[in-house]
Amino acid sequence: MTKETENTPLRIALVGNPNCGKTALFNQLTGSRQKVANYAGVTVERKEGQFITPKGRSIKLIDLPGAYSLKATSPDEVVTRDICMGNYHGEPAPDALICVIDATNLRLHLRFALEIQRLNRPMIIALNMVDIAKRRGLDIDIPKLESLLGVSVIPTVATHKGGAENLLKRIDQPIERPKHVLDENADLHVEVRRILKECVTDRAFKSSTLDRKLDRWILHPIWGMIILLVLLFLMFQAVFSWAQPFMDGIQDLTTWLGVHIAHLLPDGILQSLIINGIFAGVGTTIAFLPQILILFLWILCLEESGYLPRAAFLLDRFMAIAGLNGRSFIPLLSSFACAVPGIMATRTIPSARDRLVTILIAPLMTCSARLPVYTLLISAFIPYKTVGYIFNLQGLVLFGLYILGIVAAFIIALVLRKRDQSYENTLLLELPSYRLPNLRDILFGLWQRIAIFVNRVGTIILTVSVLLWVLSSFPSPPPGAKGPAIDYSLAGMVGHWIQPFFAPVGFNWEICVALILGLAAREVAITSLATVYSLAAVDTDSPTQLIQFLSSPNSSWTIATGLSFLMWYVFAPQCFSTLAIIRRETNSWKYATLAALYLFAMAYAASFITWHVASFFCT
Amino acid sequence: MKKFYLHDLPIGTKGIVDYVEDASSTDKIAERLRDLGFVHGESVEVIAFGQLGANPIAVQIGSTRFALRRSEAARVVLRSSI
Repeated sequence: MTKETENTPLRIALVGNPNCGKTALFNQLTGSRQKVANYAGVTVERKEGQFITPKGRSIKLIDLPGAYSLKATSPDEVVTRDICMGNYHGEPAPDALICVIDATNLRLHLRFALEIQRLNRPMIIALNMVDIAKRRGLDIDIPKLESLLGVSVIPTVATHKGGAENLLKRIDQPIERPKHVLDENADLHVEVRRILKECVTDRAFKSSTLDRKLDRWILHPIWGMIILLVLLFLMFQAVFSWAQPFMDGIQDLTTWLGVHIAHLLPDGILQSLIINGIFAGVGTTIAFLPQILILFLWILCLEESGYLPRAAFLLDRFMAIAGLNGRSFIPLLSSFACAVPGIMATRTIPSARDRLVTILIAPLMTCSARLPVYTLLISAFIPYKTVGYIFNLQGLVLFGLYILGIVAAFIIALVLRKRDQSYENTLLLELPSYRLPNLRDILFGLWQRIAIFVNRVGTIILTVSVLLWVLSSFPSPPPGAKGPAIDYSLAGMVGHWIQPFFAPVGFNWEICVALILGLAAREVAITSLATVYSLAAVDTDSPTQLIQFLSSPNSSWTIATGLSFLMWYVFAPQCFSTLAIIRRETNSWKYATLAALYLFAMAYAASFITWHVASFFCT
Repeated sequence: MKKFYLHDLPIGTKGIVDYVEDASSTDKIAERLRDLGFVHGESVEVIAFGQLGANPIAVQIGSTRFALRRSEAARVVLRSSI
């Protein structure tokens, strides 16, 4: 080996079926030296990491998306196929491939390995999960397997510490092309059967008895649904109550920091920018981080344990009503906490069209940021009384708003489906073996998602917060002016200026100002309203003063105004982070604009109808 | 003779795949089913049915389990006698 080749890192790609333990192996080899980005021009996740072999060779490792076949059926598989074949635009062919196969699932995985072998590129096969295979009584003759495949076969246990040591040692030696390659027309299934017959003693493949036992309950039409509901209930409990102390903590911390920084700075514009602009805006968004973290932790555990595809199985029929499939369920469910992680979770949907529809309807799920707005308006305008002995009217309205969002989402999904009749929605989903989630893999997954949230959403929110601060602070009111300062600011002007447009839905200029400021985050609308009405600083959790004011005859709010504003919040794209994440995940401004426009149109229509109907009945 | 399909199998009984039918000339779903191992001579077993109209269907082929919709299972022709 020359000096030069020793210095340039060797580029190796990991390739294999979904559920072969490829990503666990990737985490094991690269540790924390990972970079997650997208492949140029598509929204397929590109994971790259670096490591040094025992002999000091520097390696660049790419974790290719999982694929069942080189006859690609999803954008992920197209990327994998093109990179393996060296056809990917802007991505040179890797110097070597490591094909990862699950030793307990050879019949399926060997077929793909043979497809890769046929590419005749330098390669190694990592025979993963050999520990589980041994436990299940499978005896695999590795030297025989190597000679039949013409490729080095290295046993690995990706989930155990040191389980990839043999592989590391092997990478230090030269990686060669297969010694012999299958004929172009060879039947791969026949080949797989032949190899299995010669190398594996237990061809009956005792499937895991644990899978059998668990699936009897988990896939059961009744028990399965009960288990699913319990898991979902726990998930919502976790997201909404366990996260609360952390959210309060973050909020307190940012306020505390803001106050202390304010002391360090001279009074004036800079102080106001930092405190009212950056800290207030970014602080409210970051406060959602604990919820998002718990939500992702939960989803990752369900995914890693093998439960998620089972949930998709159970819910497929319900989703099919809207022309979607079971896999859209989890992203939509996550959107009840926040549409941002929900939209990020659509990455598990292989069909590009299903993914897009799911992304477009996710903002209609009632996210937790709408709750403060709903609670405020409901307490102010819906009487607290018992209906039908056990139900409370306020609770019923809140429930109704949730249902309204879901129904609207289903209708939109149906409308989008109508446009393409020829399309056949597929399920065709592997139900992998159950396994205990691996802590390291969960933590890596969690870290990567949080990084995306903070990087991408954080920068947008920062920009928007500063912009909104400028709008609400300049120009400052003339000396001796009466009324709230915001009335004289650009935001106030814009509020007055757009009010005629919102007059048909019953919004006064104060609401219009709140709408503009509320673009940063939905719940900001409440503090904005308080500012506009120059009430003392309002705590988002207990805005009693604001509720009293709004429901009093002094305010220009009628019940119709309140209801119209409620309807607006069911639909309106009042959240820049959501639009930003749609733009990022679809890689197109077109879809972000489409989402904004259709949500806006629905919000306007719903508020218009509500205002007119309510005005008719309530006056 | 009437063809016998994967979705005709009762829960817990095994069948042997004969072939996968193409629903159209470029049927990607049929092609994928074959790639996933639904090929002549493989043994399949129905594990579970979904709650509405016995759809979807969970099947085991080899040591792998898949969830298929009825429309997908309707492409898998089984041997009529085992």
